[in-house]
Amino acid sequence: MLNSYVVDIRKTLHAIMEEDERVVVLGEDILDAGGGGAFKATVGLSTKFPGRVITTPVCEYSIVGVSVGLALRRMRPIAEIMFGDFMSIGFDQVINHACKYSGMYNRQVTVPLVIRTPMGGGRGYGPTHSQSIEKHFLGIPDLDVVAPSHAHSVGKLLRRSVERENPVLFVENKLLYPAALFDGSETIRVARSAGTLGYESVRLMNYRPGERPDVCILTYGGVSRLMIPVLEKLAAEEIRVLCCLPGLLSPAPMADIQDAVEEARRVLIVEEGTSCFGWSAEIASRLYASAAARLAAPIATLSAEPTVIPAASELEDKVLPSAAKIENEVMKLLSHD
Amino acid sequence: MVTAQTSIGQKIYFKAFLIRNVEEKFLTLFGKGLLRGTVHTCVGEEVGQVAIIDALNTETDILFSNHRGHGHFLAYGGPVKGLMAEVMGRSSGVCGGIGGTQHLHFRNFYSNGIQGGIGPNAVGAALAEKIKGSDAVTTVFLGDGTMGQGATYEALNTAGLWNLRLLFVLEDNGISQTTPKSLAHAGDLGTRARSFGIRSESMEAGRVLELHALAKQLVADIRTQSRPAFLHVTTYRLRAHSKGDDTRSETDLEDLRRKDPLPILRASVVSEIGEESCTKQEAGILKRIEDTTDTCLKDPQTSYDDFISSWTRC
Repeated sequence: MLNSYVVDIRKTLHAIMEEDERVVVLGEDILDAGGGGAFKATVGLSTKFPGRVITTPVCEYSIVGVSVGLALRRMRPIAEIMFGDFMSIGFDQVINHACKYSGMYNRQVTVPLVIRTPMGGGRGYGPTHSQSIEKHFLGIPDLDVVAPSHAHSVGKLLRRSVERENPVLFVENKLLYPAALFDGSETIRVARSAGTLGYESVRLMNYRPGERPDVCILTYGGVSRLMIPVLEKLAAEEIRVLCCLPGLLSPAPMADIQDAVEEARRVLIVEEGTSCFGWSAEIASRLYASAAARLAAPIATLSAEPTVIPAASELEDKVLPSAAKIENEVMKLLSHD
Repeated sequence: MVTAQTSIGQKIYFKAFLIRNVEEKFLTLFGKGLLRGTVHTCVGEEVGQVAIIDALNTETDILFSNHRGHGHFLAYGGPVKGLMAEVMGRSSGVCGGIGGTQHLHFRNFYSNGIQGGIGPNAVGAALAEKIKGSDAVTTVFLGDGTMGQGATYEALNTAGLWNLRLLFVLEDNGISQTTPKSLAHAGDLGTRARSFGIRSESMEAGRVLELHALAKQLVADIRTQSRPAFLHVTTYRLRAHSKGDDTRSETDLEDLRRKDPLPILRASVVSEIGEESCTKQEAGILKRIEDTTDTCLKDPQTSYDDFISSWTRC
């Protein structure tokens, strides 16, 4: 039995703290006395490493800002921001401090900082605790934005993030926390590669080796939860899908996806964040520049509706991407000759 | 040159004189179109800065400075050439001309141009030292304008909570860019840190020797007790916020100039070493600034290839 997503993160945090005394973990309610974090990712850490696990007041600006100071002084901070929505409060520290010091000091310092935070809806938390706002952090020079799906070796991605000398935003997903990591099924093969900048890249395929995919779906993070049933169902309909789940979102991981796009020639990009000006727009524009002649159909995109995320369950389901919506987009793509 | 005979007053005076004239040179160069961007000078505030920073161990202690940081930088021991070249955008600057006036780094000196953001960074640096088991003191310089930022209070809270070796210095020049303190703040700035359980002291920058002694005492106590402290210094900004015109009345400025601690300190230095010796040392400093300016003007900018090669293209 594979670890669950959150257990893999927790075990990796334990291992990293054991191996490297410079690693400090800080965030709200992360002590064992407080339950080991709102989503239990830090359970056991404060008991084992009392001096290096620091519970903070409610001050997301400072959680990031203090981590920047720690990193400047050659520690390896891992900050936890309880809900991804709260990253807006730390945004100035990310863009004007964490991602500035090294460059503006002409590379005389580094800021090896990892910010872990869960994004994503589906739990009825409503408008300010359900968003996927990572698109606002894409394209910031010196920042890696990383998003493990449950088909990734999540701990390996976290390790790679901690190894990096620049700041990393590590986007986890709330619904994935309890999910068992996925390593393939009777219908779905999993292929892993080192990926851009050493961040593991994963592919899911619902067809046999040697066959050619009908559609390529590019997505990341929590959408992987939808992809398993979608690939199972489409396999039954003999629709061959190659799903790319790059671990790295930004800088754009084109090397991880380019050949898959060219092979399938029909492309759907899915993200859970709101539509317009997001990851899918950037990836699509790059693919039009590099592979337009190879495409058999215009690139399709699917994201959340541009609304608040309703607390009411039926409304929330309708606003966010779903397996049914993905299947529908795939069918539309296949209807192009 | 600091010798056994050099008094604290002399040491502070000549360093402050250097800072004053480096910054006056910046304003002159700006007027001639040889500098671009912005230049926030600390003219009038130098003596207090030197008095405080002299209390630190610049080998091991850490200093966070702000948009008005040239004085802190030179007082810390940052190189004159490295500063002037940086402000002039040359490759010989301490940050290769990439950072410029507000973004300086040298050894344990860090500055940034965002109001308030350095507070939590300084807390993080002090926390790093605590975890490492060192007794280094981190100092962060804030202005009265920065007391409007919530981040400042987060920093006071966490520094107090975590018993960090952190000295907050509030340089209160009474004006935030063009906005007087009366339009920006309720209550008393000097006592705010006390509600975070942080020892707070207030002093006027013109009382140089007392300020120096107070800073030394605070730094020593921070080091031995592992508790932060807050030093509120009343000081005077004699120049505009940045290059350009001052919005204050000539009468108000005249009043401030009369309080300028530099000529007052000079008078006491002259009483110790005589006018001739003082003038001679001043002339040496001025010549050094002229020579450094000439060298900097001839220095190249960092090559684009060198600059761009360190970035991951998206």
